[in-house]
Amino acid sequence: MDAAAGPFLPSQASTLAPAVDAVHYFVLGISIFFFLLIVGLMLTFVIRYRRRRAEATTPDLTHNHALEIFWSVTPLLILAAIFTMGFNAYMAGRVAPDGALEVYVTGRQWSWSFSYPREGIVSPGELVVPVGRPVKLVMASEDVIHSFFVPAFRVKQDVLPNRYTTLWFEATMEGEFVIFCTEYCGTSHSDMIGTVIVKSEEEYRAWVESGGVGDISQLSMAEYGALLFRQNACNACHAVDGTRLVGPPLNGIFGHRQPLTGGDAVTVDEEYLRESIVNPNAKVVDGYSASMPAFPHLKPEQVGALIEYIKSLEQ
Amino acid sequence: MSIATQIIDRHGGADHGHKSYLEDGSGLRSWIFTLDHKRIGIMYLASAMAAFLLGGLLAMIIRIELLTPGPTIISADRYNQAFTLHGAIMIFLFIIPVIPAALGNFFLPLQLGAKDVAFPRLNLASYWIYVIGAIFAVVSMVMGSVDTGWTFYTPYSVDSNTAVIPMVTGAFILGFSSIFTGVNFVVTIHKMRPAGMGWFSMPLFLWALYATSIVQILATPVLGITLLLLAVERLVGIGIFDPLMGGDPVLFQHFFWFYSHPAVYIMILPAMGIISEVIACFSRKNIFGYRFVALSSIGIAVIGFLVWGHHMFVSGQSELAGTIFSALTFLVAIPSAIKVFNWIATMYRGSIELKTPMIYALMFLFLFSIGGLTGVYLGALALNVHVHDTYFVVAHFHYVIVGGTVIAFIGGLHYWWPKMSGRMYPERLAQVVALMIFVGFNWTFFPQFILGTQGMPRRYYNYLPEFAPLHQFSSAGAFVMGAGFGLMIAYFIWSWLRGPRAPQNPWGATTLEWTTSSPPIMHNFHKTPMVSGGAYHYSVHPSEATVRR
Repeated sequence: MDAAAGPFLPSQASTLAPAVDAVHYFVLGISIFFFLLIVGLMLTFVIRYRRRRAEATTPDLTHNHALEIFWSVTPLLILAAIFTMGFNAYMAGRVAPDGALEVYVTGRQWSWSFSYPREGIVSPGELVVPVGRPVKLVMASEDVIHSFFVPAFRVKQDVLPNRYTTLWFEATMEGEFVIFCTEYCGTSHSDMIGTVIVKSEEEYRAWVESGGVGDISQLSMAEYGALLFRQNACNACHAVDGTRLVGPPLNGIFGHRQPLTGGDAVTVDEEYLRESIVNPNAKVVDGYSASMPAFPHLKPEQVGALIEYIKSLEQ
Repeated sequence: MSIATQIIDRHGGADHGHKSYLEDGSGLRSWIFTLDHKRIGIMYLASAMAAFLLGGLLAMIIRIELLTPGPTIISADRYNQAFTLHGAIMIFLFIIPVIPAALGNFFLPLQLGAKDVAFPRLNLASYWIYVIGAIFAVVSMVMGSVDTGWTFYTPYSVDSNTAVIPMVTGAFILGFSSIFTGVNFVVTIHKMRPAGMGWFSMPLFLWALYATSIVQILATPVLGITLLLLAVERLVGIGIFDPLMGGDPVLFQHFFWFYSHPAVYIMILPAMGIISEVIACFSRKNIFGYRFVALSSIGIAVIGFLVWGHHMFVSGQSELAGTIFSALTFLVAIPSAIKVFNWIATMYRGSIELKTPMIYALMFLFLFSIGGLTGVYLGALALNVHVHDTYFVVAHFHYVIVGGTVIAFIGGLHYWWPKMSGRMYPERLAQVVALMIFVGFNWTFFPQFILGTQGMPRRYYNYLPEFAPLHQFSSAGAFVMGAGFGLMIAYFIWSWLRGPRAPQNPWGATTLEWTTSSPPIMHNFHKTPMVSGGAYHYSVHPSEATVRR
């Protein structure tokens, strides 16, 4: 992920980015000019008119209307130009072209999910799009307000509960780009990170034909489980290195006893793990809250892959 | 152009037979129940500085946590509580009251040549309401671990399993304190100006306080109603902000910013008033474009009410609303620009003395220019979309609120300290500390502009490894700035106890507060001063420029 490709701006990976960056450099230039003007005059006056004699006197210069008008109207004209540039670049990003690829985006605490209505694919955590084709996102939240931000595309839009908001982009570069949530949404807000994977048209088509999982024929079940673990953003709440996050860490638990809320305990086996994925709040590990959402879209073989992955994790 | 009544007392301290306000009555009761605007101002100052210390410690915790991605010293939940507390304490308990309620309370009657504010009891009530609200807010935030951010956005603040209701009750109570102060100041300025002081011969600090008070009176009730609705929403699920019941979570944001954007001007306007006083005094020159500086305060107050939607460009509000708010946002930049240019023009052909208050005024011009220009950047729609809710915004508002308001407040505190305490602060040490704060501030916050344009979101406990170097650099600067503020508080405490006695008018200033003793007597002036001409008579007429005053 190249969130910080340039020294000051991320890489320009969408058709919108160059126009936004042009406004950026224009405003930056104007700002540097006025900053140097103000601080330059200030320092010049401080040095030139420093007090030399304790009883020094100064002329009574009260006002100058021409000057006041000059330094009010000039900035106003410059600001009008900046407003226009900002408006034009903004509107270009608001109206999606006809025939854009439509993807539904669901935000929830603390992961993203992407549904492709025509292709019949649900892709958790990863937004896979073809390069050079406009993509329109139709977004809603399951809980609180989130915000969908791809720095490399210069796009951002809040994602609201019970209401659709939209944005569009056209990627110009193949690669992986980070998606941040930029509306504070609770404990794991900063881990609500997704990925835009921009593929060539052929690779994208192959991905669609595989049902959105790509080629898994070469993977072991545990490797496939690791992939699903990341795609479904399980790692936002479950560490695999023993760290305590929102949920319990998952390494080294298989075959061991887990204390549960309410005083019971359970031995971690395949059935307990399956239940914890499809009906997560049936048994909650002692000391944690019952806040995990269910993952009903997972197919039985995917649940199995996840279980194999968890079994493979060492203490 | 002179003040008719001049009480000259070069030895400072209380004059013959009259005790200073600090000596007139002792014991706790003489402070708790005081109706004296000066004592109330001092109590506000001490309380606000305590809040500043607490908020500052939380800021240090935040910057230490951000030294590494992932957990450093505290958990994600604790971090979320830390930035909520930092924001709420700094905004509601420090920045909003500190200039109007501390320095304003002390100097508004003195600059008017009056004995007190119009309603001394209301003034005392305002202070104690502030204390009650502050205790409510801090206790509920700490005990109830509120983690909503100081903005309380719904539906998170409705769902959040923390003590949101006691917290917003605290903020609701604090609102009344702010309104009381505003009402008091408006009435005092209208009714208690001395003979000969018209509107356009008032000191500019009073114009700034007047504009601030108007905003406090008109905007604060909106926050009160909004927080009340939020509490009702949590208690009985009335559905105002709940989309499932036909409500709208974005409506909360409109309500919230309808107060909280004007609140930014409650913070910056009185700071600008201080800068006008200090630059004129230490340039020994009458303020340039007095009417433009005075009326631009009113302009900022009025237009400031109409720009709240620029916090919401990506919130889902309509493109039309975004466009209108963007245009109005650029408009509000003009009065600020007018002020800056007039301050610079005031220095032209002045006789500039670099005492600590003036150093802070110059720092203000430097830092506020960056804060203002990055505000222009944020006002441009397409740029706002990219940097909204990133560290760019964090850097921008710290440049405006710390670089602007706090720096001006500290400048004003040094300027008026001899009058308030009757003591001088250590000049050379104060200058070194000013430099520390200046360097530390830029060191901390300038890298955050770059973090923001690179895409680093705000309110992030964890971050991508590529952001680590700039975060670590920023945290290092925070230590320098923190040390500077710590030293400053230490030497002010030393000065209050041990500092050399201050003369009546150490800076040769021409506003009325300098015509009474340092510290002032209980009833401020022996005789009500008469005023003729403007507030500033530092300069001589050009034809007399070579003649000694």
